[in-house]
Amino acid sequence: MTAVELAGITKRFPGVVANHDIHLTVRKGTVHALVGENGAGKSTLMKILYGMQKPDEGTIAVDGEHVAFSSPADAIARGIGMVHQHFMLADNLTVLENVVLGSEKLYGIGARARRKIMEISDRYGLGARPDVLMEELGVAARQRVEILKVLYRGARTLILDEPTAVLVPQEVDALFDNLRELKSEGLSVIFISHKLGEVLSVADEITVIRRGTTVGTAVPSETTPRQLAEMMVGSELPTPETAESTVTDRPVLAVEKLRLEAPGGKALLDDITFTIHAGEVLGIAGVEGNGQTELVDALIGLKPADSGTIALAGEEITAWTTRRRREQGIGYIPEDRHRHGLLLEAPLWENRILGHVTEKPNAKGVWLDPKAAQEDTRRIVAAYDVRTPGIDVTAASLSGGNQQKLIVGREMSSKPRFLIAAHPTRGVDVGAQAAIWDHIRDARREGLAVLLISADLDELIGLSDTLRVIYNGKLVADADPATVTPEELGSAMTGAVTGHLEHEENPEEPSESPAAAPGTPEDEAR
Amino acid sequence: MKKFDKERVLLAVAGPVIALAVAFVLIAIVLIASGKSPIEPFSLMFEQATFSDIQVLIINQASMYYIAALAVAIGFRMNLFNIGVDGQYQLAAMMAAVVGAHANLPTVLQVPLLMLTAVCTGAFWAGIAGVLKVTRGVSEVVATIMLNAIATSVIGYLWLPSVFGVKVGNNNTTGEMHESGWVPGIDLGDAGEIYGLVFLAVLLGIAYWIVLNRTRFGFDLRASGASETAAAASGVDPKRMVLTAMLLSGAIAGLAGLPILLGDTHTFSLNFPTGIGFLGIGIALLGRNSPVGIAFAALLWAWLDKASPELDFHGYDKEIAVIMQGLIVLSVVVSYEAVREWGLRRQQRRVGAELAAGRVLGADNNTTKEVAGR
Repeated sequence: MTAVELAGITKRFPGVVANHDIHLTVRKGTVHALVGENGAGKSTLMKILYGMQKPDEGTIAVDGEHVAFSSPADAIARGIGMVHQHFMLADNLTVLENVVLGSEKLYGIGARARRKIMEISDRYGLGARPDVLMEELGVAARQRVEILKVLYRGARTLILDEPTAVLVPQEVDALFDNLRELKSEGLSVIFISHKLGEVLSVADEITVIRRGTTVGTAVPSETTPRQLAEMMVGSELPTPETAESTVTDRPVLAVEKLRLEAPGGKALLDDITFTIHAGEVLGIAGVEGNGQTELVDALIGLKPADSGTIALAGEEITAWTTRRRREQGIGYIPEDRHRHGLLLEAPLWENRILGHVTEKPNAKGVWLDPKAAQEDTRRIVAAYDVRTPGIDVTAASLSGGNQQKLIVGREMSSKPRFLIAAHPTRGVDVGAQAAIWDHIRDARREGLAVLLISADLDELIGLSDTLRVIYNGKLVADADPATVTPEELGSAMTGAVTGHLEHEENPEEPSESPAAAPGTPEDEAR
Repeated sequence: MKKFDKERVLLAVAGPVIALAVAFVLIAIVLIASGKSPIEPFSLMFEQATFSDIQVLIINQASMYYIAALAVAIGFRMNLFNIGVDGQYQLAAMMAAVVGAHANLPTVLQVPLLMLTAVCTGAFWAGIAGVLKVTRGVSEVVATIMLNAIATSVIGYLWLPSVFGVKVGNNNTTGEMHESGWVPGIDLGDAGEIYGLVFLAVLLGIAYWIVLNRTRFGFDLRASGASETAAAASGVDPKRMVLTAMLLSGAIAGLAGLPILLGDTHTFSLNFPTGIGFLGIGIALLGRNSPVGIAFAALLWAWLDKASPELDFHGYDKEIAVIMQGLIVLSVVVSYEAVREWGLRRQQRRVGAELAAGRVLGADNNTTKEVAGR
C-alpha cells in the first residue's frame, strides 16, 4: 500500500531545472530515505510535496488518490506533515502551547489538547512534558516537540528534513527509535539526508536523487555505503580533470595551527595547518558542517582566529581586515552567493564593485568611477559569458549559473594571488559548471593558488592537486587526487579513516602517516 | 537597456503615486463618513498654496523637514532606524542657541561655530546609540527613543535660569543670540522672508547624493544596507559602519533646527518647533530616501501643515491634514513594498524572456538534455 507517490515531477525556476522527472513511491509503514548531495533538488521536491511550491509537471498521489496542493494547509489536511531543519518554535511558550499554536480548533487549548498530546507522546515514545517552557529544552527535545506538533495535526506521512544535522550520535539513535515506533504504528516517514551511514541504518527504502532527478532506488540490506555514494555522486558528469600539474614550490598561503572557537570555547577549527603553492589547487573534502564555513571565514577575515597564523606570500595577515586581505590579492567565491557574494537588488555593475570598491577600475581615490566600473562589467559579461540583456538589470534577475559566472569574473579580474572557491559550481547548470572549471584551471596555470571546497567529490578530485579531508574541525586525512576514488574519500569524510589515504592498489603502504611519500604534491602541502 | 531605465523611472514614480492616490481616497472616505464634502478641503488647501506668504512658510518649513528627513534617510540606507532625530535636532539647536548667546565672534566665524556646535551635539547624541549598538548590541530603535526622552529632560535642565536659561515672561528661553550668529534671509516684502539656511538644505541634499552615489564610503554604506552579510564579506567593517552612519545621521539631524534658529527665533524657547524629527521619518519614507524624492515629500508635508489652518475658518478641522499625513505614510509603506516586489518579479520575467528569445535557448535545451540523459 503506498502512502505517497510522486510521478514525473518537474519544477523549473528561471534558468534552472530544479527537479526533472522525479519518481518517488513511499509505502505505508516504512521509513523512506531521500538522499542526494546538497543542491541535488531534495528540498525543492519536499516543498512540492508539502504544498509550498507547485510542480510544473507531474502528479502527486496520497493513499492512491490524486491531489493538488496549493498550500501547506492542504498537505496537512491530507496527512502530510513536515519537520523543518530549522525548528519553528516559540521559546517563551510551553510545549503544550507550542503544539496547539495554530491548531486550536482541533482539540482546544485545555485539558482535551493535553490528553491528546500525552496520548500521542505515549504511543510513540516521545516523552513530552507539556508544561515545560520551550527555552528549557535541548535540541533533541525540541525536535521531538516538532514531531509531536506534526502528529497532533493528524499527519500520517512525516517529512523530516535533515533531522540529524543538529544532533549528537546518541540523540540520533534516540530519534531513530522514535522513527521505528512511528512506522510500527503504520505511519510513513520521508527522511532527507546526505549521511549515508544513518540512511542505511534507519531506512527501509532509499531513493537517490542527483542533479534534480531520481537516479535509482536501493534496499539498505542489499546496499553498501559505497554503492550508495556511487549513485549519489555519479560519474558521467563532465570531468573537471586537470591535465598536467602546475604546482610550483612557491608558497602563497601558509596556515599554521589555526584554531577558531565557538562562543563558549568549543573548537570549530583546530590545529589546521596547510600550505598552498602558486599554481596549486588544494581541495578540502568533508561532510557539510565540519568546519569548512569557519575555515573560509577565518581566511577571508570574517572571523578572527583564536590562535595560529595565516600568511600570504610570506607576510603574516592574521590580523588584517577583510578589506585589506581582498586588496592584497585574496579572491573569494563564497559558498552562499546570495548572502555573501551579491547585492541582489543592485544592478550588475554595482555588483562588479562589491568587494573591490577600493580597487581599479572601480574607484579613483575616495571617489567611485561608475563609468569605468560599467565598462569593466561589460568586459566581464562578455569574457565570462554571463547571459544578461544588460548590465543595468539587477543581479536577482539572473539565473544562478550566470550570477556565479559574474562572481567568478569579478574575483578573477582583480588578479588574485589566492582564491577561496567555496562550492564554486553549486546550483549551477552543467554548461556554466564547465566554464567555471576552465577559468579556475586557467588561473591556476598562471600561478594562482586555490583553496577549493566542494561537496561534489568529482569536482574535488578532478580539479585538485592536493586533497585534504576535514572532519570535526580538523584536517584528518589527505589523499592524492590522481589515485583516490570518491568512495575512499567518502569514508574518510565520515571520520572512519584518517591519515594518508592510499589507493587499495598499494595496500602494503602504512595508512596513518599524514606526511605522504616524498614527491607527491600533498607533501608539499604540509 | 533603455527599456530597463524607463522601467526604473516607472517603478520609482509608481510607488508614491499609488500611495498618494490611496491616501486621498481614504481621506475622502473619512470626510464623506463625517458628512462633509470630500472635495472642498482640498480645493481650499490648493488655493492656499497659491498665496506667496504661504509659499514662503512652506519653503521655510520644508527646509527643516528636508534636513531631518535626510538624517533619517542616511540611517535607512543602511538599515538603521534613527528615531532619535527629534531629540538630536532639539538638543543641537539648544546647544547652538546657548553658544550663540555666549560667544560673539565675527559672522564668518560665528555661523560656522554654531553649525559645528549643532553638528557635534547631534552626532554625539546619536553616537551614544551607535556605541551602544556596536558594543552591547542594543537596538538603535530602542536606544534612540530613550535618548529622545532624555534629551527632553536635558533641555529642561539647561533651561533652568541657574544653568543657561533666561526667563522671558512665562517662556523658557536661552537668551537672545548675538547678531553675528544670525543668518539673513531673502526678504520678499509682504510675503515674508525665506531663511538663508534653506540653501544649506539644498547643499546637504546635493552632498547626500554625491556621498552615497559617488564615493567609496557611500557604496559601502549602501552595500551594508542592502545586505549586511555581503557587505561584511566585501570588506566593510560592520561595526564601524554602524557607528559612522549613526554619527553622520546625528550630525545632519543636528542641523535640522538651524534654519529657524539662525533665521528667525534667535533663541531656543518653548515655542521652538518640536516633532520635526518624527515627521522626517515619514518624509524620508515617502521620498524613498532619494534627495529629490525627499524634497518633494518635504514640500508636500509643509504644504499640508501650512495650508491646513485655513480649514478651520471654513468649518473643517485642520486635523484633516494630520490624518492625511498618517494615511500617506501608511499607504507608502504598503505600496512601496508591493511595487518593489512587483518590479523585481517583472524584471526577472523580462530578463528570462529576453534571454529565451536570444541565443541562450540552445544552452537551456542542453541542460535539460543532460539532466534527462541520466
